[in-house]
Amino acid sequence: MDIFTQQLINGLVLGSIYALVALGYTMVYGILELINFAHGEVTMIGAMVALSVIGLLMGAAPDLPGLMVVLAGVLVAIPACMLLAFAIEKMAYRPLRKAPRLAPLITAIGVSIILQNAAMLIWGRQYVSFPRILPEARHELFGAHITDLQIAIVALSLLIMAGLWLLVQKTRLGRAMRATAQSKEVAALMGVNVDRVISATFVIGAALAAVAGVLVSAYYGLAHYYMGFLLGLKAFSAAVLGGIGNIAGAMLGGLLLGVIEALGAGYIGDLTGGFLGSHYQDVFAFFVLILVLVLRPSGLLGERVASRA
Amino acid sequence: MSIKRAVSSLPSLAAGMVLAVAASLSLSGCGQKTETGDGSQIVRIGSVAPLTGPQTHIGKDNENGARLAVDEINAQGLELGGRKVKLELLGEDDQAEPKTATIVAQKLVDAGVVAVIGHLNSGTTIPASKIYFDAGIPQISPSATAVAYTAQGYKTAYRVMANDAQQGKALGQYAVGKLGAKKIAIIDDRTAYGQGLADEFEAAAKAAGGEVLAREFTNDKATDFTAILTSIKGKDPDLVFFGGMDPQGGPMTQQMKRLGLRAQLLGGDGLQNINYLKLAGVDAEGVIASSPGLPIDAMPGGAEFRKKFEAKYGAIQVYAPYAYDAVYALVEAMKRAGTVEPVKVLAELPKTDMQGVTGPVKFDAKGDTTGGAVTLYKAVGGAWQVLETVK
Amino acid sequence: MRRKPQIAFFWLSVLLVALPFLTGAALGNSWVRVLDFALLYVMLALGLNIVVGYAGLLDLGYVAFYALGAYLYAWLASPHFGVHLPFWAVLPLGAALAGLFGVLLGAPTLRLRGDYLAIVTLGFGEIIRIFMNNLNAPVNITNGPQGINLIDPVALGGFRFAGTQQVLGVSLPSTYLFYYLFLAFTLAAIFIAMRLQDSRIGRAWAALREDEVAAAAMGVNTRNLKLLAFAMGATFGGLAGGLFAAFQGFISPESFNLWESILILCMIVLGGMGHIPGVILGAVLLTVLPEALRYIGDWQRHAFGHVYVDPSDLRMLLFGLALVLMMVYRPAGLIPSRQRKREFAAEDGVAEQEQASLYDARG
Repeated sequence: MDIFTQQLINGLVLGSIYALVALGYTMVYGILELINFAHGEVTMIGAMVALSVIGLLMGAAPDLPGLMVVLAGVLVAIPACMLLAFAIEKMAYRPLRKAPRLAPLITAIGVSIILQNAAMLIWGRQYVSFPRILPEARHELFGAHITDLQIAIVALSLLIMAGLWLLVQKTRLGRAMRATAQSKEVAALMGVNVDRVISATFVIGAALAAVAGVLVSAYYGLAHYYMGFLLGLKAFSAAVLGGIGNIAGAMLGGLLLGVIEALGAGYIGDLTGGFLGSHYQDVFAFFVLILVLVLRPSGLLGERVASRA
Repeated sequence: MSIKRAVSSLPSLAAGMVLAVAASLSLSGCGQKTETGDGSQIVRIGSVAPLTGPQTHIGKDNENGARLAVDEINAQGLELGGRKVKLELLGEDDQAEPKTATIVAQKLVDAGVVAVIGHLNSGTTIPASKIYFDAGIPQISPSATAVAYTAQGYKTAYRVMANDAQQGKALGQYAVGKLGAKKIAIIDDRTAYGQGLADEFEAAAKAAGGEVLAREFTNDKATDFTAILTSIKGKDPDLVFFGGMDPQGGPMTQQMKRLGLRAQLLGGDGLQNINYLKLAGVDAEGVIASSPGLPIDAMPGGAEFRKKFEAKYGAIQVYAPYAYDAVYALVEAMKRAGTVEPVKVLAELPKTDMQGVTGPVKFDAKGDTTGGAVTLYKAVGGAWQVLETVK
Repeated sequence: MRRKPQIAFFWLSVLLVALPFLTGAALGNSWVRVLDFALLYVMLALGLNIVVGYAGLLDLGYVAFYALGAYLYAWLASPHFGVHLPFWAVLPLGAALAGLFGVLLGAPTLRLRGDYLAIVTLGFGEIIRIFMNNLNAPVNITNGPQGINLIDPVALGGFRFAGTQQVLGVSLPSTYLFYYLFLAFTLAAIFIAMRLQDSRIGRAWAALREDEVAAAAMGVNTRNLKLLAFAMGATFGGLAGGLFAAFQGFISPESFNLWESILILCMIVLGGMGHIPGVILGAVLLTVLPEALRYIGDWQRHAFGHVYVDPSDLRMLLFGLALVLMMVYRPAGLIPSRQRKREFAAEDGVAEQEQASLYDARG
């Protein structure tokens, strides 16, 4: 087996997951300049809702093929998350649109805590296992292993990113979103319903989060009320790395962060002669992030704003 | 600073503090009694474990084990130095968090407990032990296994379970001696528990002639282990040891299979539970994990304990029998001392020599148990099967 | 009260001095311990307030400095290295080390703004914690996840802050002694924070916070001021860390995770950023609230004879809810500064202009 290829695949799969979640952060940030801390928790809720549906379906119709069952779970999770995000935006963020920038950040943290604890009350404290109903065929690729699910994760995230890019660049809604991002007042003068555009942004981001949540819990075989927090943090870092507010940047940042983590954990020991081991995986990732930001203060693909005029 | 300015900020400090006190006063309520109606003395014993958070079920299990013993002793009637004594168990929640543990420990000391059964985790047991030591009251942990707990030189700290050194040593010897592993890779989760166990395992495996090829690390919130597993696979070990808990062990087991890693997976008591079997699914088959102590049915008083416990609280999780024995060891010492006075009880505790549910209970000079057995289990068909018990 | 500030000051002092006795008598010693922690967090919040509230630099890795102070104390006053320096010698060293790291963090991040700075500081905090958690091999520096134990109790001239001590015929448990020690440090911290705010430096920070470009044009040395803000904030953190280590006697990396940083940030935003009374109130509230909510269980048992909802299930839920409600209804904090209040009362357009400049990342 080619170790390096395998590490690259490990990183790409992990990175695709980060990218999918990062898209949600970057969309909201692009329009509101708000770090939506609760986005990771929306991902978690998506996974939990889907798992409940999957559990019910498996009990009611045990003969259904696994893929169908999971798909049904996703189809319920998406609207659930969309509704949730709509409510969050309306109740926790909209009243604060004119408040100092740190105030919505605190409500975002508050919402994040609420969602975690509500999920704990509903689904319990235990880790919930994801039933093994998806095909698990393993393929050889350049001497490394890759499973169907891993291929699906990478393909789906690329597809979703392309779709999102088209949405933002080519549709009426997309144009309204770009206009709102530039200036809410001017967009409103031009007849854009700013509130609706912002709601739409949150809702679309939540749909992506639901898909990401199901993929994550299927891939790792578990879900937990706390899973969203760290995932969200990593995804947010990825979005910043790529240049927050930029859709292609989120994708690039996600993939890059995944690969950096995998290669870091895999090779840092050999590189430093055993002085630093895989426990410094996150240090390595953060170090690269800091380095990139110090050299390019707006991320890899972010707009360069020399100074505020 | 003008006094005027100072005044403008001091009120918030004072007001906040007073508010705090008032709020808690209104919530905390009632006073305490020290005597029952029939004139017997009420004696309080603390029990601390996480009663909230991911380990709730295990924490409640500890408390129930202690409560069962207390209820039994009260039902039989306890007399010390000619005076009737009624035990009262105060259950507290330390949330498995060091800072909270010290607050709760202080709370128990304030409440006038004469001894504490707990805490559950090593990370909370150690900082709390300082407070019990300062207060001069005995602490018997049913489940803290970190070596450091009894190595502090506190004459108040005891435990009734084999420590990490004993468990890690048994695992290391088993890996090399019984499983015949020559090339070994070790992963730990960088928690006090995981790292301590992995270190002891490494030392014992090396001493037994095993070669440690790789030492990899993860953390207790991770779910992706593909990078370290791939790098381990490149070194082709016979055995992978994981010092950590089930939420990481489950996905790790699946990812090992997915990457085509054929090494035997070996773990400690963090894996030896039902939840691990659920999370790892079919991939758990053949995994070996240990647990300190005897399997409940192999305990001298196991069957009877199970009957009594399940009648009151439902299924036993893990450590309930140890909490139960800890209470009895304490009460035996009280009986020998003829009082509940902590100083005298502490003088008697080292002389403990009783037959408990979990086996003989005896302490060495540090307060560790001398009868620490470790049992190895294998996952077969979605259940843990006993392989053997190492003393 | 305004006319007789000295009298009010006197009664407040009496109250603060008597508070542990009142609390101890009413609620027990464990609540004095909570008060000790509240004071510790007031110090931390005041420190972070310098960075975020005064200079407008969003720092999500503040706990790193707290950790550095605590670890330095543990290294120089515990059996870990066998070094046992006295309290008064170690504490300033810890503060200085933290201050140095503040500058080290500040230097490369001078060009970063707003949320980019936030993520870099967050990364810095995590890096420090990960190093603390792992530096037990190849050379054992931090003792890794096992933490450092048996840290020396505070001793001032032969007087030890351990167990119960007799002072002027009054027996004082160590929690009381620590209360007075922390109170002294907290008052000093309040004093310094106030003087800083009113100083030339404080006004320059305000200028920097409101508009960096304009400040630079006015001749404000933005680089030095940013570094100074980081260093000052970090020093407060390091000091609090040393006190924490001495108080607990045991430290481990678990105590210095990201949530601590977020919690401290919540304290200052909730109370009223940049305004000292607000910051103090925020810190006290958020320390005490979770502890007070612990009694929900007892209270249920009293009222219904049974615990229906696990208290700490609700605890954190209520905590989150409180954060959201507080922000929605009082977005400038519980006790906002007068200036901030004016901004809110101003017409929409003006307010928006002002806010666009607060902690802004974009042009």
